[in-house]
Amino acid sequence: MSELEDKENKSILKRGQEFLHLHQRVESFTQELLKENERLRFKAASLEQENKSLQGSVKTPPSDVLTERVRNLEQEKDELLKRYQQVEEENIDFAKRYLEIEEENNNLANLYVASFQLHSTLDFREVVQIVMEIVINLVGAEKFSLMLLDENKGDLYAVSSEGVAREKVPYIKLGEGVVGRVVQEGTGPYVAEGQKRSETTLAEPLVVIPMNIKDQVIGAIVVYTTLEQKEGFSPLDFELFNLLAGHAATALFASKLYSESERKLSTIQGFLDLLKQ
Amino acid sequence: MAKHWCLLVEDSPTMRQLIIFALKRIPGLEIVEASDGVDALKKLPGQKFDIMLTDINMPVMDGLKLISLMKNNPNYKDIPVVVITTEGGKEDRERGMALGAKSYITKPVQTTNLLKVVKEIVPGL
Repeated sequence: MSELEDKENKSILKRGQEFLHLHQRVESFTQELLKENERLRFKAASLEQENKSLQGSVKTPPSDVLTERVRNLEQEKDELLKRYQQVEEENIDFAKRYLEIEEENNNLANLYVASFQLHSTLDFREVVQIVMEIVINLVGAEKFSLMLLDENKGDLYAVSSEGVAREKVPYIKLGEGVVGRVVQEGTGPYVAEGQKRSETTLAEPLVVIPMNIKDQVIGAIVVYTTLEQKEGFSPLDFELFNLLAGHAATALFASKLYSESERKLSTIQGFLDLLKQ
Repeated sequence: MAKHWCLLVEDSPTMRQLIIFALKRIPGLEIVEASDGVDALKKLPGQKFDIMLTDINMPVMDGLKLISLMKNNPNYKDIPVVVITTEGGKEDRERGMALGAKSYITKPVQTTNLLKVVKEIVPGL
């Protein structure tokens, strides 16, 4: 063989080996592809199986069942809305009631303080002052007088007044005029309904609150006009009138008795001291 | 709870008791009483007051004079003042407000209104 042929053979052999190597790699890759293909086919089959089993378990309910369910839910919603409205109304009701109770509480507190103050002293002048303060600050009277009964003469006379000079308040006989009649009857507070501020006089007042202890007449609180800002009388005012009618009478009577007994005691003590000497 | 201080200036002991009884419902509010303007001026340096409630018609020194003196004093000019009075006329109200009162309440006092005004004026009550 010539040298040229030998080189040619070697080159062919080398290329053959390269081709064989390439073939082996392609074969290996093809094997891998086949394996992957097999795996994917298995996965697809199992997913298909799973899908079938899931489809079998989910059953679409018939349309009438769904309609019934919707109707029930609608009813339930309506009932809940009704209940919500009821609760809303109850809440408004409770809020109103709360305000009423608050108002009642305030009124009771005022009555308590008035009553407490009236019985806080046995000094006649102080009791008179307290009655005057209550009438100004709680009733809202502008012109008024506190009248007591002179048991010897049977007259009502002003022991204190506000907005009008005490000397100008006339003596009133029991049973005479509006004040005399109201005090003698002793049935309860008199209020001249609908009377204007300018229409009231010392003889025809706006309010007369007779003060009695059982059947015994003590005197009266006579209101001629109320403060400019006061518009009519509230239920609290009537409660106050009743409280004043009873408690002021007792407080005034007790303090008067106490003052008299103190005076008598001091006189007796003076006699005793004189006798000792 | 932080304490807030109120100076109540009123000559009528009955009215003072009524107002104190109402204000006691506000937690944290402490009340110092004064029976007239002069008494109030004596008590003002003793405490840092958050509010002052004052009557107008009082003996020794009336409420308007008291407000005027307070508003001209740098130590007390910022104390909010509420007037509580029987004087319900427009002119009286305007005079009180012109002197620097924050609010003007007429007697007979409505407790609900009084509490509302005090709570509105004093922050944190």
